Amino acid sequence: MWVLRLGRCFSGAASGGASSGSRLARAAPGGGRQEAAGDPGCKGRVFQNPTWQHVEQTPLSQKKVTVEVLDHLERLALVDFRNWEGVQQLEKAIQFADQLHAVNTEGVEPMDSVLEDRCLYLREDNITEGNCTEELLQNAKEKVEEYFVAPPGNIPLAKLEERDTCLQVSK
Amino acid sequence: MAASILRRCRASLQARHRRVGVIAALQSGALGRRPESSPARESGVAPWVAVVGLEIHAQISSNSKLFSSSQVQFVAPPNSLVSFFDASLPGTLPVLNKRCVEAAVMTSLALNCSINKKSLFDRKHYFYADLPAGYQITQQRLPIAVNGRLSYSFWESGKKDRMVTRSVRIKQIQLEQDSGKSLHDDIRSQTLIDLNRAGVGLMEVVMEPDMSSGEEAAAAVRELQLILQTLGSSQAIMAEGQLRVDANVSVHHLGEPYGVRTEVKNINSARFLARAIDYEIQRQIKELENGGTVLNETRAFDHKLGCTISMRDKEGKQDYRFMPEPNLPPLILYDTKSLPANTSHQQVVNIDWIRERLPDLPSVKREKLVEQYGILPEHSFTLLNEEGLTEFFENVVKQTQMNPKKVIGWILNDTLGYLKQHNLTVKESPVSSLFLADLLNLQERRAISSSAAKQVLAELWKGEGKTPFQIVKEKKLELLQDQQELEQICQDVMDGHQEEVKEIKQGNRKVLNKLIGLVQRATRGRADPVLVKQTLEKRLSQ
Repeated sequence: MWVLRLGRCFSGAASGGASSGSRLARAAPGGGRQEAAGDPGCKGRVFQNPTWQHVEQTPLSQKKVTVEVLDHLERLALVDFRNWEGVQQLEKAIQFADQLHAVNTEGVEPMDSVLEDRCLYLREDNITEGNCTEELLQNAKEKVEEYFVAPPGNIPLAKLEERDTCLQVSK
Repeated sequence: MAASILRRCRASLQARHRRVGVIAALQSGALGRRPESSPARESGVAPWVAVVGLEIHAQISSNSKLFSSSQVQFVAPPNSLVSFFDASLPGTLPVLNKRCVEAAVMTSLALNCSINKKSLFDRKHYFYADLPAGYQITQQRLPIAVNGRLSYSFWESGKKDRMVTRSVRIKQIQLEQDSGKSLHDDIRSQTLIDLNRAGVGLMEVVMEPDMSSGEEAAAAVRELQLILQTLGSSQAIMAEGQLRVDANVSVHHLGEPYGVRTEVKNINSARFLARAIDYEIQRQIKELENGGTVLNETRAFDHKLGCTISMRDKEGKQDYRFMPEPNLPPLILYDTKSLPANTSHQQVVNIDWIRERLPDLPSVKREKLVEQYGILPEHSFTLLNEEGLTEFFENVVKQTQMNPKKVIGWILNDTLGYLKQHNLTVKESPVSSLFLADLLNLQERRAISSSAAKQVLAELWKGEGKTPFQIVKEKKLELLQDQQELEQICQDVMDGHQEEVKEIKQGNRKVLNKLIGLVQRATRGRADPVLVKQTLEKRLSQ
């Protein structure tokens, strides 16, 4: 497992999945909080040499996901883990994310988003949108007289015992 | 199933005790419903105490929505006031409406809150068809204002003449989005969704559970409504869904820890609020006294049956998975000391600027009325509670010589009484302030008696456009000036009622009123009642 040393220096998107090792693409960052680049003459501020650090896999990261937690997740996020492989994927994803605990964040304010230092724009209270009923309803699978149609209320998920997906999590 | 609910509700309605005391200390024995309750039980048990907390959502009065610039309007063709953002189409982003921020700041100042100069937006996730994004943007971590106080007054049940003043703490005020509307079609097993309301700005006012009865809650909500309407931050009409109240109710024995609370929803007016809370308090007490338990659940109030019904739709405790709204930076508010130098005036919300421009709050208006006109505080409450009545009263006072303390009686008893009887608003009153002032002037100038004035008023209510003076002339209601005529009438009445005269001479003064009434009838109310009494008394003592 590799992890890149993170600080509040870079604005960029994280890409990659759980299975293979991921790379964090770094866009050209702005601002003066940049860690010194190796060569002052180079264009852009990308490090010359990779700074990957190996993170030890602690026993803590081998936490198993219980059936109750899975059930809870399925109701909250309306996902279906379907089978044992799906659950394994989930466990691997959790393990991967847990690498973040290796970062020393002492004295660092938690960041909400990369935009949090920007000014929140305040819009004037004027009406400039709306009146596009037809356009909006174009996407609707079913409609009744300009209303969207949805199934009745909240359809409760079947109880855990009754479901036909077999989850064999207890290893 | 509906039949059994009906039976249960009717049974509890019959058993329930309507008046909940001020501290809501309800002696289980004092309800007097079960004569078989043992004395030992009655003496040993601590009284029941109810705890009521309110969550109020007030729709912000603005032209456009909180995060998009589509229109805010109560009635419109379905899905016509919806922008791409409101429909949660991908690629759209929220843009905060300055007017909504100002409305929230005004309301927070009026409720004596501390304003957070930096507040944050969060996402509250749950799935429902009328919430297209799957989350609602709200302010959970750091709302715009905290720690306020709302004072309210009400007539204590059982003591009609005295007003009690209490206050409730405001935990916080936050900005959030409204959801769309769903119309359930059970026949075709589908729900129709109208997103016109989706994204409209709401101020959520969270109150601490400081109240203990339905009437307190109703009074607090009424006062909040008046404040919002005075500020203009919300029109707060409960019937149009601009003010929505959910109540959290629990009961416990005095001295013991708080009981399990239930949430009561679907309350459409202040009157139903009091009823719903009182019902729920009684229901919980009964349940506990019968050895049952109170479940932590949500119940809907059915105003036709007057009871709360469990909404067993929820599956366990909801986990909203709050997360910071990544598309909105923190909301920063300023005051005159912290005004940023290089920012356009339009982009700045200045708390001090807003505070200076706050209109007179209802409590201040009431004080001014009492001070200016010498009326009672109770009167000022009634004046403010009825839309347009204060204006009407002040207009009459301006145009008449009668003392405002006497005018208020005509306004609150006669005028308001008639309006209520015929279900009219002050604006719809067939009697204008000018006519009423004319009438009161006639009485002040002693051109007519007070009883004649009441007859003229009854005539004026017909709204035929005649002035008081014309009515007096037509019905010949001028004050009976001729003392001799009055003496003659009094003598005639006395002659015709020898029995009563004897009784009065023996000391029964109450019978005098009957004679006064007869004289008034004979004069068709034209005589001054005081003079009638004096004349009769003089004759009787002869």
